[in-house]
Amino acid sequence: MSDIVCPENLVYKKPSTLKDAIMHYCPGCGHGVVHKLMMEVVEEMGIQNDIIGITPVGCSVFAYNYMDIDMEQAAHGRACALGTAVKRLYPEKYVFTYQGDGDLAAIGTCETMHAANRGEKMLTIFINNGIYGMTSGQMAPTTLEGAKTTTSPYGRDVETMGYPLRISELIANLPGVAYVTRQAVNTPANVRKCKKALKTALEYQKQGLGYCMVEVVSNCPSNNKCTPLEANKFVEEQMLPFYKLGDIKVPEGK
Amino acid sequence: MGEVKLMKGNEALAEAMIRAGADGYFGYPITPQSEVLEYLAKESDKCIIKRTGMVVLQAESEVSAINMIYGGAAAGKRVMTTSSSPGMSLMQEGISYIAGAELPCLLANVSRGGPGLGTIQPSQSDYFQSCKGGGHGDYHMIVLAPSSVQEMVDFVKLGFELAEKYRTPAMILADGAIGQMMEKVELFDQMPRRTEFPEWAANGKPKDGPSRFVTSLNIKPELMEIINERLQAKYKEIAKNETLFETQNLDDAEYIFTGFGMGARICNKAMELARAKGYKVGTIRPKTIWPFPYDIYANVAKKVKGILDVEFNAGQMVEDVRLAVNGTCPVEFYGRMGGMIPSPEEIIEKFEEYFINGGK
Ligand SMILES: Cc1ncc(C[n+]2csc(CCOP(=O)(O)OP(=O)(O)O)c2C)c(N)n1
Ligand code: SF4
Repeated sequence: MSDIVCPENLVYKKPSTLKDAIMHYCPGCGHGVVHKLMMEVVEEMGIQNDIIGITPVGCSVFAYNYMDIDMEQAAHGRACALGTAVKRLYPEKYVFTYQGDGDLAAIGTCETMHAANRGEKMLTIFINNGIYGMTSGQMAPTTLEGAKTTTSPYGRDVETMGYPLRISELIANLPGVAYVTRQAVNTPANVRKCKKALKTALEYQKQGLGYCMVEVVSNCPSNNKCTPLEANKFVEEQMLPFYKLGDIKVPEGK
Repeated sequence: MGEVKLMKGNEALAEAMIRAGADGYFGYPITPQSEVLEYLAKESDKCIIKRTGMVVLQAESEVSAINMIYGGAAAGKRVMTTSSSPGMSLMQEGISYIAGAELPCLLANVSRGGPGLGTIQPSQSDYFQSCKGGGHGDYHMIVLAPSSVQEMVDFVKLGFELAEKYRTPAMILADGAIGQMMEKVELFDQMPRRTEFPEWAANGKPKDGPSRFVTSLNIKPELMEIINERLQAKYKEIAKNETLFETQNLDDAEYIFTGFGMGARICNKAMELARAKGYKVGTIRPKTIWPFPYDIYANVAKKVKGILDVEFNAGQMVEDVRLAVNGTCPVEFYGRMGGMIPSPEEIIEKFEEYFINGGK
């Protein structure tokens, strides 16, 4: 065994910035993947001591149990208000919020829009899984037309329940915003691209370019009552045609 | 002696905030306290106070402002917000989180009449909201009730000190009259902003220590109960050490007038009128309305014939006075509402009606 487990053969390792805690996320959930990507970026950039993260209310409320960095746990939807204050009070540090689509696109839309519009020099990681995960599968603002959830049991009727909200496109219109990109973590190739986007956003933050948002189209196998593979297929076939991947806004000259 | 100036209550409060070495102010305009943000804005360049480097930011709402306070306090900074009644209602969620996460910060409510949009005129109808836990969950914050522009200054310093000593939110509950009136004040000298932060503050993982997180969450009930017990023990300690009140003419008093903030000031004036008419009246004024000075009322009740409680509301603090007195002597109430302020003459009239002319 010891001749196999040796540095030359190392192809993958958990970043040192991720704690040795067992994650509570369901098998196949995108949250765990994005946590790992973000912590890899923090490790690679060598900024573990210079970054403060704000966790939301939602399945990722416990992100502070996994990310080995200083964190603040916000009230539902308010992460961007906390982030604003931290960044203003510590302009030399990196600040990010990590939020689900209920947290960011429903109850916290106001805080998010205004932080973006003020051009707060911070990053928001926006996990769009099209559903309320933590509270067991209610309709989110991002839920697709016709999709069945516990509060839209016959499918989302857009005439009476509103339309799925593309927050990234909205935010990209604001002049204070430097970088908006939509990524996914449903395939290895997308995972790699997502990591690159996170790193790019932190580099823009360092340059003080403005507010950055990395939306990650994610899944919720538990509440969609499917296997992790089926959940990723759902992302590919149903979510991505509506939530198109790629950069929506990049800083001028980049 | 510090610098002496003629200042409006709200402006004096803003000046005291700068001088107390505050790191950040986050607020939203509302009458009758908008002068706080306006004063700070005038002292700033690009949202930074020129003298000290303090951050000043107009938030998009009181919901956002209080959560900026939460964010700043959790990162170890000395932060303050101000508002008036309807705005304070919006802040209650955030205050509950701040109390739960045990973060120091200072708030001021320059209160006005309600309910609803009510009136922009002064009122004291937020006593219950301030002192009895306006948000969800079992918590308290330290509540200071100024009755002069001078105390708008002094209580900023004291409020930060107490908040930081006990890791708890503190509030200055003023009313619109104190916010708007002008008086001579003595200002304390500029204090330095802190350069070292508490070990719990989440402002970047220390190189030689574990990462920190600030939260009010614990989903294990047996652990959440322990946290609650710790909070309650802290509140007992605060009540033991920090209860503040003032009295006048208790020695020979047969009757007591009592009120808080501006109400207490009017009670003192009414006491002078009463004494001129030959009634032996003294006054009690709580300076902290949470913790409430129960003992002084309990002790005085044994010696006097009655207590008249005067407030700009329908009778809120009087519930605490009655709790303290516990039936030992009669406690009567007189209040005006909706932005009306009781005059000393009205107080004498009510006093005579209740206590001298044989009761109601
Ligand atoms: C003020 C308030 N309202 C409602 C809730 C209940 N709640 C907790 S999480 C949540 C939605 C979470 O969904 P989302 O933000 O999409 O995150 P996910 O769990 O899917 O990652 C809701 C409604 C709450 N905690 N606080
Ligand atoms: S409920 Fe959904 S979002 Fe939450 S951890 Fe499970 S799969 Fe992930």
